[in-house]
Amino acid sequence: MKLKTLMAAAGIAALGSMSVADGHASNVKVGMITTLSGGGAGLGIDVRDGFLLAVKMSGNDHIEVVVEDDQRKPDIAVQLADKMIQSEKVDVLTGIIWSNLAMAVVPAATAQGKFYLSPNAGPSALAGKGCHPLYFNVAWQNDNLHEAAGGYANSAGFKNSFILAPNYPAGQDALTGYKRIYEGGLAGEIFTQLGQKDYAAELAQIRASDADSVFFFLPGGMGISFLKQYADSGIDLPVVGPAFSFDQGILQAVGDAAMGVKNTSQWSKDIDNAANAAFVAAFQEEYGRLPSLYASQGYDTANLLLSAMAQADVSDADAFRAALAAAEFDSVRGDFEFASNQHPVQDIYVREVIKEGDVFTNRILGVALEDHGNVYAADCSM
Amino acid sequence: MTLVLFVEQVLNGLQFGIMLFLMAAGLTLVFGVMGLINLAHGSLYMIGAFAAAAAAGWTGSFLLALIAALGAAAAAGAIVELVVIRRLYDRDHLDQVLATFALILIFSEGTRWAFGSFPLFLDIPDYLSGTITLPGGIEYPLYRLTITLAGLAIAAGLFWLISRTRLGIRIRAGESDREMIAALGVNISRLYTIVFALGAALAGLAGAMVGAIQSVQVGMGEPVLILAFVVIVIGGIGSIKGALIGALMVGLTDTMGKLFLPQLFRLFMDNASATATGSALASMLIYILMAFVLIWRPQGLFGARA
Repeated sequence: MKLKTLMAAAGIAALGSMSVADGHASNVKVGMITTLSGGGAGLGIDVRDGFLLAVKMSGNDHIEVVVEDDQRKPDIAVQLADKMIQSEKVDVLTGIIWSNLAMAVVPAATAQGKFYLSPNAGPSALAGKGCHPLYFNVAWQNDNLHEAAGGYANSAGFKNSFILAPNYPAGQDALTGYKRIYEGGLAGEIFTQLGQKDYAAELAQIRASDADSVFFFLPGGMGISFLKQYADSGIDLPVVGPAFSFDQGILQAVGDAAMGVKNTSQWSKDIDNAANAAFVAAFQEEYGRLPSLYASQGYDTANLLLSAMAQADVSDADAFRAALAAAEFDSVRGDFEFASNQHPVQDIYVREVIKEGDVFTNRILGVALEDHGNVYAADCSM
Repeated sequence: MTLVLFVEQVLNGLQFGIMLFLMAAGLTLVFGVMGLINLAHGSLYMIGAFAAAAAAGWTGSFLLALIAALGAAAAAGAIVELVVIRRLYDRDHLDQVLATFALILIFSEGTRWAFGSFPLFLDIPDYLSGTITLPGGIEYPLYRLTITLAGLAIAAGLFWLISRTRLGIRIRAGESDREMIAALGVNISRLYTIVFALGAALAGLAGAMVGAIQSVQVGMGEPVLILAFVVIVIGGIGSIKGALIGALMVGLTDTMGKLFLPQLFRLFMDNASATATGSALASMLIYILMAFVLIWRPQGLFGARA
């Protein structure tokens, strides 16, 4: 399926020429490659909707966004990137959800002199030795939320965690990230198959172990399956995990099985600042659903880009890069700045799953890690 | 490693195997009787799960959800047979694979269009939630035990249907000589539609029963489809008995492999690399099993034709 959206805020241009005419009038063309069909489409749709909402709210008519669907396939993402760079002549690329797709697209795009702003994927390879002046990650480095889960485990007094994640690079990073901060012992460590839906065998091992807590990283449908089966297994240990299994898109499918589970996220809809309140209200009004953390990342990515456009011309790469690195925008996360490898330094929160009326959502319990950067910055020579 | 854990894993392997059997039975029947490779069988599994989730959302009843799953999958199967598959029996397998692959894409995007991109909610009913204590102090989820028993009952019913009823005689006759039973006056095209709908209903039922403990989302059928193909290749294409034995072998091998291989590697490796190596090998184990079965019996365990 081919989906192409051309977004030009033409209506606002008629009355907005005074408000935007502050010098930098050159247009920026953005190529968004994201996942809009297939099993992982919910994430890409949220990133796209968040991004387009920010563009629409800014009323800036010097930005044009071309959206294409990568179908979660690296080869298609590479083709789309080539097309966007060569025939669409975009200035900035963004949108990729999955780390394996990012690894296929980002190094080639930055080598061709295009800016890449990542609204989600943050593989360690692009944060350390593979960092690049034109690559910015607006979401997190992959390890961050898992490190925060480890931090929460320490403060909750867990001494013997059972940890599991799928056997692929992001899954291995997840367990590494958790163990980097977590100080207790391990009751067990399991790598599951990527895409696995039945966790009976793992649950039996958790039951047979003497664990006092469970940490898991199972994004998307894997997490739904795990949580439902965990709730039905009669195991009564506290569970902690990154927000990927508890985002707004999938909580309704998990239902009561997720109630009260602690999860770590850099964003939550109840972070108390004006930018976030405006974002949550506008997103609900525009799309009729609550935003997820992916939507917040898309929204922040667009606002970062808009803030740089206000200060510099995209054709002047050095000035534009400096304007991006300054990150002078009102993030929905509150304080936000870039580390030396252009990945966020931000607070990561512990949230709890609650029910508001009929809707399952999250509430902040506290800060797990304050002003948290990433360990790979030391390997990045830029 | 205790006996309790071992027995629990055997039960888990059985449950996994029985669900695979429900998928594989339809696939092997359709191939055996009609000589058709149906890649869209996984879509029928997905349709069953979505129909169950929608019906459970409207009515709140899990039984009605299962009936809806059976009905929707059987209806989808019958329609697909009448509209598309019927034209493919005389074509070669490549055409069949292409057409049924197209059906996967149509069903996936159609479901996404109708139900949205976000996973649906389908939960097990209250009266089946929680665990029961089996003899020997084994705590086991009641729902898993129920679907294992239900799957065994369906398998028994299927064997009765094939071996004791007039429809079963016709299905077996269709497997051995299609032209001859048509010449004897059996309405072969109606028989084909019935067999296809039956296989679809079993897949839909499996989708609904498994969907309640897993996630109901677009694309959920394809991973199961691959395993179902492994099952029918091991069991022998066209054989219901082979599908049952193959499904139980795959279920038990997969579950036991995940438990034992990491522990085996821990005997001579450090913990982290044993976990990684063991898990990687465990996910390959059923394919290794398939390879050995094929070396030993190229036609599969109960396959009639090579």
